[in-house]
Amino acid sequence: MTTRIHAILKKYPSELLTEWLNVMTTGGMRRDALMKEAELREQCAEFLRLLTQATEQGNLTDITGASFTQAREMLERLSRSRSLQGFSPAETATFIFSLKQPLFDRLRGEYASQPQVVAEEMWTATLLLDRLGLYTTEVHQRAREEVIMRQQQEMLELSTPVVQLWDRIVCLPLIGTLDSGRTQTVMETLLQRIVETGAEIAIIDITGVPTVDTLTAQHLIKTVTATRLMGAECVISGIRPQIAQTIVHLGVDLAGVVTKSSVAGAFNWALKRLNQTISAQQSLRASGKA
Amino acid sequence: MPIRSAQDLVLVRQAVRTWSAELKFSLVEQTKMVTAASELARNTLDYGRGGHVTLEMLQEGLRKGLRLSFEDKGPGIPDIDLALRDGYTSGGGMGLGLGGARRLVNEFDIVSKVGEGTRVTVTRWK
Repeated sequence: MTTRIHAILKKYPSELLTEWLNVMTTGGMRRDALMKEAELREQCAEFLRLLTQATEQGNLTDITGASFTQAREMLERLSRSRSLQGFSPAETATFIFSLKQPLFDRLRGEYASQPQVVAEEMWTATLLLDRLGLYTTEVHQRAREEVIMRQQQEMLELSTPVVQLWDRIVCLPLIGTLDSGRTQTVMETLLQRIVETGAEIAIIDITGVPTVDTLTAQHLIKTVTATRLMGAECVISGIRPQIAQTIVHLGVDLAGVVTKSSVAGAFNWALKRLNQTISAQQSLRASGKA
Repeated sequence: MPIRSAQDLVLVRQAVRTWSAELKFSLVEQTKMVTAASELARNTLDYGRGGHVTLEMLQEGLRKGLRLSFEDKGPGIPDIDLALRDGYTSGGGMGLGLGGARRLVNEFDIVSKVGEGTRVTVTRWK
């Protein structure tokens, strides 16, 4: 036995589509800047077609069933693309909810003589469309969460680039907040790179760290100690005047750690330590004078 | 502002930095205030099991100031003098947070009752 909602959907596909689009337009729900009308029409038509298929048989309120697979997949695609286009979850869900009005109108018109049936079918249709609407919201949110998760991961990796400055000298420019999770990554990456490059001196630059409190200091000291255990020396650079004063007031003892105000200073110290010098080429200087 | 997670610490620091800048604190003063806030907020989170902070702008005659009140309903501190001593910690930290925060501000007040919670109020004048 086919359901009554299915019968309606099958009987008036083009009318429903037009009315649905009307509701969306007059309700001010469509955002022309974000989406072209033709594209919207196409999406509406496809959804109606899939909904017609899905509602042909079975339990209409269970959208997790196999008959709704295609409709669900379509909504998932739609929801994801809208999330990327900058629609809000409410706007995406409204896409579904706005179908209620034309569908209810048709139900009322078709079964005008049987109010009992109209009430029943409207309840079923409400449940069905509510669930589909909520489903889009869920997918929408999941898409957002995936983006955030990816960004977090990328940040964790991006934020700990250990660069080799010179033979046996590596530098780790730190940017942002040093919480426990990041410090762990930072320390691991640094120690790993020291092994890989055979570095003897590691420069940790904290120019990009806005606040150095006792926890940050403790993390730094631990990293320095670990580096020493690996047989390398560690310099902390990028100590700005305000940070220096704050560290003094906090009472943090960095006396055992070599510190410099700039990376250049630290690099210079490292070169001296390794008995290396950088000098301008003799011939170039001569030609420059001439 | 609530202090419930490590993310909240970042938000507290940012708020204190913005407010200090609005009061035209110098860069050193800003940094000191932000660092003190960071220490105290972390104490609220780690030892007070979360709580909240209230930011207040003060005006007293010609001078302006920023007051931060950190409150929690945690276990409280049995011996405040001991907690303020440098190098003493009941957790795994350096034991400098509370004492350090006191040195970074102009006024420092701590009230704590075992079993009821702790309130730390710090003020910095421009």
